[in-house]
Formats: sequence, C-alpha cells, structure tokens
Amino acid sequence: MEAVNQRAKELLEKGEIKAVLGYAKGTGHVRRPHFARKAGQVDQLVLDAACLQNLAVYVTKHEVKKLGKVAVIALPATQRAILQLMAERQLRDGELVILAVDGEAVKELDSAAALEEHLALKAQGLDAKDKALLAELDAMSREQRWVYWQNELSRCMKCYACRNSCPMCYCGTCTMDCNRPQWVPVASHGIGNLEYHAVRTMHLAGRCVECGECGRACPVGIPVHLLTFAAEESIHEQFGQRAGAKAKLDYALSTFKTDDKESFIR
Amino acid sequence: MDEKFEPKITAFVCNWCTYAGADLTGTSRIKYQSNVRVLRVPCTGRIDYMMVLKALHKGADGVIVSGCHPNDCHYTSGNYHARRRWMVFKKMMEVMGVDMRRITFSWVSAAEGARWAQLVNEVTDQVRALGPYAEFRQIIGAGIE
Repeated sequence: MEAVNQRAKELLEKGEIKAVLGYAKGTGHVRRPHFARKAGQVDQLVLDAACLQNLAVYVTKHEVKKLGKVAVIALPATQRAILQLMAERQLRDGELVILAVDGEAVKELDSAAALEEHLALKAQGLDAKDKALLAELDAMSREQRWVYWQNELSRCMKCYACRNSCPMCYCGTCTMDCNRPQWVPVASHGIGNLEYHAVRTMHLAGRCVECGECGRACPVGIPVHLLTFAAEESIHEQFGQRAGAKAKLDYALSTFKTDDKESFIR
Repeated sequence: MDEKFEPKITAFVCNWCTYAGADLTGTSRIKYQSNVRVLRVPCTGRIDYMMVLKALHKGADGVIVSGCHPNDCHYTSGNYHARRRWMVFKKMMEVMGVDMRRITFSWVSAAEGARWAQLVNEVTDQVRALGPYAEFRQIIGAGIE
C-alpha cells in the first residue's frame, strides 16, 4: 500500500493525473470508494482485505471523465473490468493510469495491450466458493431451481443496485428505463422481477468479468451474481472464451462459428 | 378444470424458410393442430429472447422458434447468431428453472411443409400433456399489471 500511495502522490504532485480512485475507510469494516484530488488526501486511501468493490464502475462515468486523467487502484477484478471496457471502446489507451495491485506486487499500466499481457499471467475463472454455489444450483431439479429463484427474487424491489454497481452496465439508456415499448414491467412483482433478471443476465452474458459486485450490492442479499456467473461459465464451456481477457473485442454473442455444437435444435 | 385443456402455442418463424414452409403445409393441404399462432419475423436473428418470455407472459403455454437451416439463411448469418443466442438463453432459462420442455427450437426449411405439420403436432401434444404453464401463470397473477 505504501508504494501505491507514494506513486499516486507523485503523479498528483507532478500534475500528470487529476485524481486517484481508491478505497477509504467507511462505516465499521466497510471500505468505500474514494477520490483523492490532492496529494494531501492520498493518505486517506487504504488497501486491505475489506476492499472489495469493483472501482471500474466509476471510470466510465461522465463526471469522472470530465476530471481528466485519473489513476485507479485496481484489484484483479477491476483490472479485468477495465480491460473489457477498453475492448468495448468505452475507455482509450492512456486515459487512465492503472495501478494494478496483486497481493503485494504493484504494476503501473496504461494501455489495453499492457493490461492483457498482465492478466494473461493469472488464472481466470471462479473461486472455489462460487463454484460450489453454482454446483449446488446445478444439483437441484428444475422445479427446485424455479422455487429457489422465485423465493430469492420475491425480495427484489427493482432498486437496480445490481445494474448500477456493474462496470459493464454503462448504457446511457437502459432497456429497463425504456417505456416505448415497455419490455419489462416496472413493478417489482413476480413476472417483472423474472424478466428483469433474465434480461440483465442475457445482456451481460459474454461480457461479465465475474467480479460479483452485483451480488454484493444487492441490499436484500439476492445472489444475482450467480446468474451472470452461470451465463459466463456456460459461454466459456461452449465457446472457450472469457470476458475481460482480451484487448480486442471478443464478444461471444456478436460472432459465431458455423460448427457451433448444440443438441437441442430440432 | 371442466373443459378439456387446449394449449396456446406461439410460433416465431422466419419469413424466408419456416413461414414459407408453413405456407407449403397449407397449400399441400396437410392438416395440423390449430393451437399454434404463427408470428412472422424477418429472420431468426431478429427473435429476441424477450419475445419468447413475452409470449409466455401473455398467456402462451408453449413457444416454437424456427427458422432456416444453418447455411441457408437469407441474410447469410442470422440463424448462426440466433443459434449462439439460444445456446446461452437455454442454459440461463434452465438455471432460472423455466420449463424448457415448453420452448422448442427448430429448423424448418421452405420445402419442409410436412415437417412443419409434424413439428406443430408433436409440440402441441407435448404441451397438452404438460398442461397449462401453472408456475408461470402464478407469478403473473402475483402482482399488478
């Protein structure tokens, strides 16, 4: 942490960046996102096991882009999200200083190519805990899964925290906010919730970097991240690719192979 | 239920193959069950997964999605894109617990009039045996529309 803060301070003092985006102490054990605009504020930044949020969600925001060049303290999930955003042309090379933190090691990166090279050295995929949760879901019968999700989604009040916390949900106008035509009912009743989560999952399938931020952001504790994780894992299984790994856009659903293998089309 | 249950089947078909195939079924005077409501779209690539969910939402008990065989698309690649989308969509619906026996994907060409009749009959029989989609009906009734 010392080294990162030192470097961030240096960059701010030299005027190379306008702000550093990192984590600061929040209420209790919670770490909240923090923009240090002056060198003196850098000392407020902390980095520990409680820092979980994917900070990439902020870097595409108009208010942040307006600041100018920003440095981001990027944990692995944030790195993947930034690379995917670069591949989707939401960020340019050199627009950010990525202070890539992996355990104790810190690396300063500024382009998609450098980020791709950096991420290629690391294992991708879900951790054991999420794998176990997906396996649990997989072991259920179809009826049990329906009951499970209906039960979980019944708490959903469509606050859209899962959407807003997601770095990949950057559309100016979301389908959910669109009322002509109104594809998804606004009210948070059974069908509205099912359709909302189905659409959210499908829009993120092939683009989800598996940071799990949506699940953490949910105020009523619905494991919504399992939906996008399942989609992502299924894409990896069927098409052998992952989001947040390539500098060149490699979106599974905007391409095809003539020999894609399926067994259900009659 | 007093009356015998007759399923409503919504079919999303592409203009160039399955719709023409269904037309051939008619001109060939092949009879098939009348439970199916055919909706013609330009290409299978146009069939958004929301349309499938909407059909179930609006009261369909089963859905057929059909278009040109691979390599036969009028727009060269619409059905290939659609195939990928369905591969992911099907998996996601299974994860969410939607009954995939009610959603049938198929390829029917413009020359396969008899095959269309057979497909509709098979799907209708299957959905009739499954009964109304009660689970889905329940969540539609569970709120204000």
